[in-house]
Amino acid sequence: MPLDQIAVIGAGVMGTGVAQTLAQTGHKVLLLDRSLNILQRAQEKITRDVRMHQLYTGQKFDPDQILAEIKITTEYGDLAGVDYVMENVTEDWLLKKEVYQQLDIICSQDCCFASDTSAIPITRLASATSRQDKVIGIHFMNPVALKPMVEVIKGVHTSDKTLAITKRILQQMNKKYIVVNDSPGFVSNRVLMLMVNEAIFLVAENIASPQDVDKLFKGCFGHSMGPLETADLIGLDTILNSLLVLYDAFNDSKFKPCPLLKQMVHAGFLGKKSGRGFHTYGGNN
Amino acid sequence: MYRDTIRTFLKNYISDSINDDQDIFSGGYVNSLFATQLVLFIEENFDLTVESEDLNLDNFKSINAINFFIAAKKDGKR
Repeated sequence: MPLDQIAVIGAGVMGTGVAQTLAQTGHKVLLLDRSLNILQRAQEKITRDVRMHQLYTGQKFDPDQILAEIKITTEYGDLAGVDYVMENVTEDWLLKKEVYQQLDIICSQDCCFASDTSAIPITRLASATSRQDKVIGIHFMNPVALKPMVEVIKGVHTSDKTLAITKRILQQMNKKYIVVNDSPGFVSNRVLMLMVNEAIFLVAENIASPQDVDKLFKGCFGHSMGPLETADLIGLDTILNSLLVLYDAFNDSKFKPCPLLKQMVHAGFLGKKSGRGFHTYGGNN
Repeated sequence: MYRDTIRTFLKNYISDSINDDQDIFSGGYVNSLFATQLVLFIEENFDLTVESEDLNLDNFKSINAINFFIAAKKDGKR
């Protein structure tokens, strides 16, 4: 089966990065979001990011050629012919559930669904469809085009065939992968969200500034980014939503979001994408 | 020549004092993704276009490197 027709649902930071990476690795992409306005902003971001790709990798791509491989749409009906779907919708169970119900009706029976979710279990997402064996998790990292590895999550019902197709696409995308079993937050975010939340508590308690918290992790542990820089890059709204999913899933108070995180999200300080989080960022990110 | 403007911009992101030759990327002062913001800042503030052949981290790694790059672009030497 040719795997060159891939739909990307959601044109936020992650969906845009996934669409860019797919197009840069020879795939034809259909990018869907609710509004044309969001999709046009995504095209602008892709143009900028494709250009800057060279700065980090030395690999040169023509932004116009990459954009030509990414068709945009607001209509689910356009997804009828795609071979594979990568979903990147906001970390909200009800929103995602609605998307999977739509996809299940529109897409062909052979089409697999991969969720780029931060914490919602894949088995739960699969339960919104009539094809639980064809639902899998691909946890991409931001920025998608530059990060070499992804976390692949097998739901309870995910078939070996779905896993094999997914591995093939990831190889085509030049991504290494680690396959793990299903759990809220999987491996990476179950650990990362706790660390980020605790770092935010340290700032809230005035134990250290965000700059110093991050410097300690970089200088002492050799991390390339500190936990608060990482949180800013992911988006503080996504961090909050992920913690809420983990808190709900485990009923364990260790996942209770720090009040400062809630306040920052309510204030619109969402991190790099809004220009301000624990650090400040200039220009249009 | 352009160092003051570059320093002012970098101060928004780097709290430590850095000398003009210090490598801001390998020194861990900023993560490498900051280069995108830096390039956009240079284009907007100095009214020049960073061409695809200019997109090399070496051109943006220190205050002196950035200053040299902008001066060369302004002189039409790049």
